[in-house]
Amino acid sequence: MIKEMRFRDAALAKRVAEKIRKIAPSKGTVKICHICGTHEWTITHYGIRSLLPESVEVIAGPGCPVCIVPASEIDEAIEMALDGVTVTCFGDLLRVPGSKMSLLDARAEGADVRVVYSVADAIKMARREREKQFVFFAVGFETTAPSTAVEILKGPPENMSFLISHRLIPPAMKALVEMEDLSLNGFIAPGHVSTIIGMKPYEIFPRDYGMPTVVAGFEPLDVLFAIYMILKQIRKGEPRLENEYVRAVLPEGNVRAQRLMRKVFKAEDGRWRGLQIIPESVLTLRDNYKRYDSRQKYDLHVKCGVDIRPGCRCHLVIVGKIKPTECPLFMKACTPHRPVGPCMVSMEGTCRIWAGST
Amino acid sequence: MCLAVPAKIIKINGDRAQADFGGILREVNIALVDAKVGEYVLVHAGYAIQTLSQEEAEETLRLWKEILNDKD
Ligand code: SF4
Repeated sequence: MIKEMRFRDAALAKRVAEKIRKIAPSKGTVKICHICGTHEWTITHYGIRSLLPESVEVIAGPGCPVCIVPASEIDEAIEMALDGVTVTCFGDLLRVPGSKMSLLDARAEGADVRVVYSVADAIKMARREREKQFVFFAVGFETTAPSTAVEILKGPPENMSFLISHRLIPPAMKALVEMEDLSLNGFIAPGHVSTIIGMKPYEIFPRDYGMPTVVAGFEPLDVLFAIYMILKQIRKGEPRLENEYVRAVLPEGNVRAQRLMRKVFKAEDGRWRGLQIIPESVLTLRDNYKRYDSRQKYDLHVKCGVDIRPGCRCHLVIVGKIKPTECPLFMKACTPHRPVGPCMVSMEGTCRIWAGST
Repeated sequence: MCLAVPAKIIKINGDRAQADFGGILREVNIALVDAKVGEYVLVHAGYAIQTLSQEEAEETLRLWKEILNDKD
């Protein structure tokens, strides 16, 4: 039913594109930033940039949850894996380069690294194989963190611990908007993160920074409408927070998920790969749940890793300062088959998405 | 990884439910939502993160129509 509705109507898309062209400024450039790998996929896959006038640029922010995991945290997972602990993770993390190797390389060296579809699968494995120690590498934004919280609150088995690497989107948006050399004019906020956090965390962007902000869904029409809504706010000179994704995002978000997250995690300052330290952007376990923390259990002390390899421009791609095609390694030394940087690995990495469409 | 897809709840057993992803049945955890049999949910990495209703889907189409009819 819901699927059958007209969310991909080509004629409708043409009409919105026309309206965008009409309202777009005739001089200068409007720079709109989205913060979600799935938005980048929609934009690239459906050729949305080609529908936009020259004065409207859409750039990809740090919305790929795998790309922004610092190399040091991959190194932590690898250290445990090479020490005989079974490391479970989502598939797109497997090939992300750490400082020296990826989890896939560790597996080639005999480590037990397993891909799971969800944290529940990891826990099932730990219950089945009691003689082994298991770690779940918990990456992801607010969309994923609640599921980790659910499982931690249920009381995982003794032989299970968590390498918490969850990060929060609004603090990263704040870091972007405060970057002087980026000068953004509007945000397309990530729809699925917003189903959890609701609208409130975005209020500061129009209010304190004058940034039009529109929460959007993932069909090509959602993105086109969001762009139009932002342009309209700019033209009127009235930056606001609007919700285009009303079919999934409630103003208050998913209150139960927020409550569970707050119970289990607290936010601390932390690093994002390719970005510097972002205040209150990284989740860690509260004291009550520290016994499930892999870092404590295995006394991990990896401090810093090699986030950006020589020649890789992921730190510029991640904040939309350059396009993947402006990296000299793109599709030469760096391909989806042999990725140099994290942005070329995950299906949500900007370089990987662009590679698929060239 | 941040992708979430809609699925229809077929059967519920505590926190776990059978959900239909366009013909493919899969188990999803529904601890984060109040979902009933027959309803649609948005599923991310095995967990339903929000319920979706026909009315809200129609609401989107209404919003779009309203925007299209806007005077620029
Ligand atoms: S193309 Fe490869 S090396 Fe260049 S920025 Fe992207 S991931 Fe890094």
